Amino acid sequence: MTAAVAGQQVPVAAPPARAAAWRRLLRSPAGLVGALLVALVVAAAGTALLGLTPYDPIAQHPQARLQPPSAQYWFGTDQFGRDVFSRSLAGVGNSLRVAVVAVFLSALVGTTAGICAGFYGGRVRGPVLAVTNVLFAFPPLLLALTLATTFTRNWLTIAIAIAIVYVPIFVRVSRGPVLSLRETDFIKAARVLGIPTWRILVRHLLPNLAAIVIVQVTLSLSWAVLTEAALSFLGLGSPPPAPSLGSMVFDAKILAGTAWWNLAAPGAVIVVFVVGLNLLGDGLRDALDPRNGRNA
Amino acid sequence: MRSIARHPLLRRLVETVLTLFGVAVLVFTTLRAIPGDEITATLGTEAAGLSAEQQESLRAYYGLDKPLVLQFFSWLGNVLTGNLGFSRRAGATVGEMTANALPVTMELAVLATIVGLLIGVPLAMLSASRPNGVRDGFGQLVGLAALSVPNFLLGAALLTVISRYAHYNPNAQGFAHFTQDPLLNLQQMLFPALILGFGLAAPIMRTARSALLEVQTQDFVRTARGKGVAPWRLRVRHVLHNALNPIVTMTGIQFGYLLGGAVVVEQIFSVPGLGRQVLAGIQQKEYAVVQSTVLVIATTFVVVNLLTDLLYRVIDPRVRAA
Repeated sequence: MTAAVAGQQVPVAAPPARAAAWRRLLRSPAGLVGALLVALVVAAAGTALLGLTPYDPIAQHPQARLQPPSAQYWFGTDQFGRDVFSRSLAGVGNSLRVAVVAVFLSALVGTTAGICAGFYGGRVRGPVLAVTNVLFAFPPLLLALTLATTFTRNWLTIAIAIAIVYVPIFVRVSRGPVLSLRETDFIKAARVLGIPTWRILVRHLLPNLAAIVIVQVTLSLSWAVLTEAALSFLGLGSPPPAPSLGSMVFDAKILAGTAWWNLAAPGAVIVVFVVGLNLLGDGLRDALDPRNGRNA
Repeated sequence: MRSIARHPLLRRLVETVLTLFGVAVLVFTTLRAIPGDEITATLGTEAAGLSAEQQESLRAYYGLDKPLVLQFFSWLGNVLTGNLGFSRRAGATVGEMTANALPVTMELAVLATIVGLLIGVPLAMLSASRPNGVRDGFGQLVGLAALSVPNFLLGAALLTVISRYAHYNPNAQGFAHFTQDPLLNLQQMLFPALILGFGLAAPIMRTARSALLEVQTQDFVRTARGKGVAPWRLRVRHVLHNALNPIVTMTGIQFGYLLGGAVVVEQIFSVPGLGRQVLAGIQQKEYAVVQSTVLVIATTFVVVNLLTDLLYRVIDPRVRAA
């Protein structure tokens, strides 16, 4: 944080610092592997979202039920003769879409609220912290589950439910640094210079929070992927026949003894995705905040 | 906000009560937002056959014609006097159901926490004994696996393997409470506790590792080493003891998460805990059950967090007005 605060006084210095952070990220094994895995998964998800899967993920082929993996069906087929590879791609597309929208919303709302609560104090702080405390009073999965029940179920409402659960994390993560940044000389100088408050918030405070928020975003994405999968495993995700990794695992439970690929494929995809995000998050934390990174 | 308080404990208590009130408001409004009301939930499609007067009188009977604020306080009053509602499907009051389910979830959470600590803390000590070495790599790899393999996947896979290849599935029989058949109960709790505990080991391990690394660079550790304290004694009595604070906090938070987060594992292994009660309520559209159970879980969660706070005040005298 110290380094970032010092860098802020000379805004021109930002691009090289960013390049250095990238280099540090890609030089650490965790960061590199994480970035590669995430890139792979995003490419797979992109393929599915563009409709480029080898088979239609929901088309049933009764003559090709429960086929083991082969050159024709890379990950085999399920009990309705649907191609597991195509379904896994579509499932990961759905996961990614839900996770990205959820984390984007919660980061946007949470960081804004956190910055305002930290900067203004008083009237803004009370309500923001009250809402944060209430949301923190629920085990996260339970809250996501309850909220998901409330809405008509589709991928967007699932994303919103997950977003609500994660808002308080971003409030907490961004508010702390703002409390100390508020008292720094460069912010005081900006105020004395008569720079409008919104500009101070956006141009001076936000860049100093970027590192911490980016790391939190990456780690939150992994949690959002897991939550979406858990919800659809419980039958509270996107309604069928839309492929979702969680519901694929659920459906595979009874088949797993004989047709193991039905469980292994979506399971492996989830694990690769989450491992990638976690490694990337750890790598980013080390790269963006060298002081904290040593022992985290 | 921290500096205002003269009596941190009192302030913490007031805050807790206010939070619980907020929780009640949120639970009430969330489940009120679901389309349909008690009448359609009870009568289903037959509700459409009711005349306007019949609908009106039923609405009056359920108090649905009152303003929302009044409905909220009458519900809250009921809850506070122990009336959590009634489940038609189960033929029991939600209070009775919860009295059955809460100990089950608690037992599972305690067992899982023990497993999590037994895996997480030694793993962290192993990692911290040689930072960035091979041991550390191994420790971190296990931590990463625990963090990334979702419990439903582990549960589904484990259930398949044990019931197909080992022909052993204690959870296929009816659930036995600990007081009825402790031996069967522990067998039925074994896999759920192992799975949840493994997941729990990840945050515990990561927290413990960084806490240990921080403590072991401090001067008093060097002094103790210089005085010739045995290595294992140094690690346990000097380093681990001083790193307990964050570990306890993390364990407390994770224990609380288990109260609602165990729902998936409870579902897979047919363990009749609170999570499963919520899920059954959702599936059968018995929102009174969902509402009360979620409230019970959140309350327990808040209380657990409060106790964790108090606990580390006891463990670490340095924390006073934090």
